[in-house]
Amino acid sequence: MKIGNFKLRHYINYIVIGILTLVLGTMSLTGTRFDNSLLFLLEKVAISIILAVSLSLVVGFLGELSLGHAGFMCVGAYLGGKVATLLVPMLGNGPLTFLIALIAGAGAAAICGIIIGIPALRLRGDYLAIVTLAFGEIVKSLFQNSSDDSFGGSLGLETPRYDKHYLFILAFLLVLVTLAVIQNLIRSKHGRAITAIRDNEIAALASGTNVTKYKLLAFTLSAAFAGVAGVLYSYSNYTVQSAKFGYNYSIEILVMVVLGGMGSINGSILAAALITWLNTKLATVLTGDLAVLQNLLYALILIVIVIYNNAPALKGFRDKYNLGALAEKLIKHDPARVKDDKAKWDVVPTKISMDEILSVDLVPQDHDQGGSK
Amino acid sequence: MMAQYLLETQGLGISFGGLKAVENVSLKIKKNQIYGLIGPNGAGKTTVFNLLTCVYKSTTGKFLLDGVEMKNLSPDRINQKGIARTFQNIRLFNNMTVVRNVMVALQNRPEYKCSILDSVLRLPRHFRVEKEMRAKAKELLRIFGLEEDRNNLACNLPYGKQRKLEIARALATSPKLLLLDEPAAGMNPQETEDLARTIRLIRDQFDMTVLLIEHDMSFVAELCDEITVLNFGTVLAEGDTQTVLQDPEVIRAYIGG
Repeated sequence: MKIGNFKLRHYINYIVIGILTLVLGTMSLTGTRFDNSLLFLLEKVAISIILAVSLSLVVGFLGELSLGHAGFMCVGAYLGGKVATLLVPMLGNGPLTFLIALIAGAGAAAICGIIIGIPALRLRGDYLAIVTLAFGEIVKSLFQNSSDDSFGGSLGLETPRYDKHYLFILAFLLVLVTLAVIQNLIRSKHGRAITAIRDNEIAALASGTNVTKYKLLAFTLSAAFAGVAGVLYSYSNYTVQSAKFGYNYSIEILVMVVLGGMGSINGSILAAALITWLNTKLATVLTGDLAVLQNLLYALILIVIVIYNNAPALKGFRDKYNLGALAEKLIKHDPARVKDDKAKWDVVPTKISMDEILSVDLVPQDHDQGGSK
Repeated sequence: MMAQYLLETQGLGISFGGLKAVENVSLKIKKNQIYGLIGPNGAGKTTVFNLLTCVYKSTTGKFLLDGVEMKNLSPDRINQKGIARTFQNIRLFNNMTVVRNVMVALQNRPEYKCSILDSVLRLPRHFRVEKEMRAKAKELLRIFGLEEDRNNLACNLPYGKQRKLEIARALATSPKLLLLDEPAAGMNPQETEDLARTIRLIRDQFDMTVLLIEHDMSFVAELCDEITVLNFGTVLAEGDTQTVLQDPEVIRAYIGG
């Protein structure tokens, strides 16, 4: 299915999320009262998707390990929440306030992204991971030790209460915006440059690629969207507490990206939704004495997924029931056409297997400059 | 203005601490020449390449490209000024397709300018530039006989083709001077012959000047118009290929003694 430059397969994720938003949004706006826990879950899923997709830009496509994503989110949550609280008496608790808070949160996080991006130009691998980890912890404790009337200190910052029946629609619209920006960027010459830096930085430089520009771009954009997720979080939770944004949360986001397959946006989306749902479900099912099992089961399930994610049988199943390919088949069944499209199918960057990730990230890359002998 | 030499280095040198890796190297390469840089292992040949591509900053001397002094440039800027290179140990974008490997090099040319905003908002310029680049990349790949492989991953190509792809990628940046670091290393006689043909074709078709490092002496003798021999970081001999290769000093440096 190809209309001009439009390939259905490339946009299947927009379409699925778009339809979902449209259906649930219309139901909510026309008076269906959803259960509060469902609304809360939807918001959480949207936040996770934005976080995972934005982190995958840095980890999956630029190939740098960042362990500070929750730190950027924290900046967005506090700044966005604070701006919203200040604006509500003036502008009311409406979409305008939300928009301004969103811009403030994303902007502040983006500035932090630039600050972290600068050491990223010199450090790589484990060393960069340590810097980003430290950044996340510093941000967390800065807000934790803020005075009570600035950012609420250890008690947390109270944020405006927004009608839950609208908020999840806004959240999903923001998911679509995130996807549009990051996916369009990746499927362009700029994304190609970023992927080239991941594959071989020295060769990218020797081919005239401005590595500085693209590294900063990836870090800044990724941080900005983490900020967006943070603002959403502050609206969704009524209160922002810095304890939430520790390295545990950063790693949870990283797990979503790795589980989804590095360099696969759709994978990140699915993994984000799945992990968030799993977490929430475990928390509601296992109550009382069984609550101790929550973390244990969660970890067990993750281990099983990691081990079997690349099992041949499961891979075959995924290829066979690939949503994009399936949709194309439904619309027009023409084997020659499908084959032809497959040949042109060179726009989305390739996935890297789990084994490669595990081996590559922990082993320092070779730094020799053209192998002088 | 037409400079007498396309590349002229004047007393180029670099030392790492007390070690003078390359000292007082002066090369004069005319336009459209295939020029060889040879020497025993550790003579500093690749270091000269790294100096010319600004991977290292020279501690002494300078070099001029087409009569213009190149100084204080980063490796990506020197590439845009017109010096492209390949690597001794092949450096491709392994997880990208062949055609995209070439496109990465193409896209830094001014004629394929397309801002980040153009791409994110999918403005008409994005589609136009992508289409033009893809066509141009295909054209380049056809010259190197890689058109059939264009949708394969670079890492899945056989060795000879990987070497060719690296040269194609370097050419995609439309350089004035092409630096090839041991292009024939690891190739069988058949592939070497094929490579020599390709390099001549590049010179003729793209009006290119080539500076190459090579250990295969018959390859050098057959292909290069002039050569310079390096030994212990300094120039041992230079001039017409046949004369230099018969120089007893050069033979002694290679064989020892």
